[in-house]
Amino acid sequence: MSKLTLKTEGNTHVVVTRRFAAPPEAVYRAHTDPKLIQKWLLGPEGWTMPVCINDTRPGGKFRYEWANGKGHGFHVTGEYLELEPYNRIVHVERMHLPDPTPDNHVETRFDADGAGTLMTVRMTLPDAQTRATMLATGMERGMEASYVRLEGMI
Amino acid sequence: MLATLNLDAAFSALADPTRRAILARLAKGETTVMELAEPFEITQPAISQHLKVLEDAGLVERRVDGTKRPRRLAEAGIAAMDQWLAMLRKALEKNYDRLDEVLAGTEQPKTKRGEKR
Repeated sequence: MSKLTLKTEGNTHVVVTRRFAAPPEAVYRAHTDPKLIQKWLLGPEGWTMPVCINDTRPGGKFRYEWANGKGHGFHVTGEYLELEPYNRIVHVERMHLPDPTPDNHVETRFDADGAGTLMTVRMTLPDAQTRATMLATGMERGMEASYVRLEGMI
Repeated sequence: MLATLNLDAAFSALADPTRRAILARLAKGETTVMELAEPFEITQPAISQHLKVLEDAGLVERRVDGTKRPRRLAEAGIAAMDQWLAMLRKALEKNYDRLDEVLAGTEQPKTKRGEKR
């Protein structure tokens, strides 16, 4: 069963959807409680998130740091714009490599879907080029996305 | 024939809707530049320019057929890109599979029934 969908929308959006068996409240908490975030938002095997700081209120900042235990690492910083427990989170983020990437504006929705949750992550990049670079370089909070449209075409 | 794939160039090439349409057309089979230009409301030189971007990105290649230079998808480049995308998708799926486990462990029985928001 493939629960994940990834697609590009227009020239600057990337939309990811995923269903969870747990209700929106639990999925929302897993996205806002640092102790929970550190358990799953890790990307490829072998990576950990030693630093997870977030101030979950509008205007609050967050900082996530990843490390692979072999001296490599990177971090993401961002700000929360809107938080509607347990329905919606809007934030901006950028990856530091170490130069910051252009801001990615992200709206995450948690909609009840039967007993579970349909999560929709809608990313908006400043322009098509930035989106292309983001998809090509991968690791965006472990939130890589793909040109599924292309896959469908070929 | 060098079918090397530059991922950055490949994704940049795909950022343009006309180039995506060209790839979609080529996915149906080899085509001449003139045939490619037909469905688009742009000039042949403009199509050639788009094709050059796609060729430089390693997604399209040309064949020599007498005086013709039909274009086709560069299978190696497309396959390399597919592989990359599959890897990215896997990393993302891994995150959410882990989240499933976290959620399974945090679904406490003390859910307040009848609570209204």
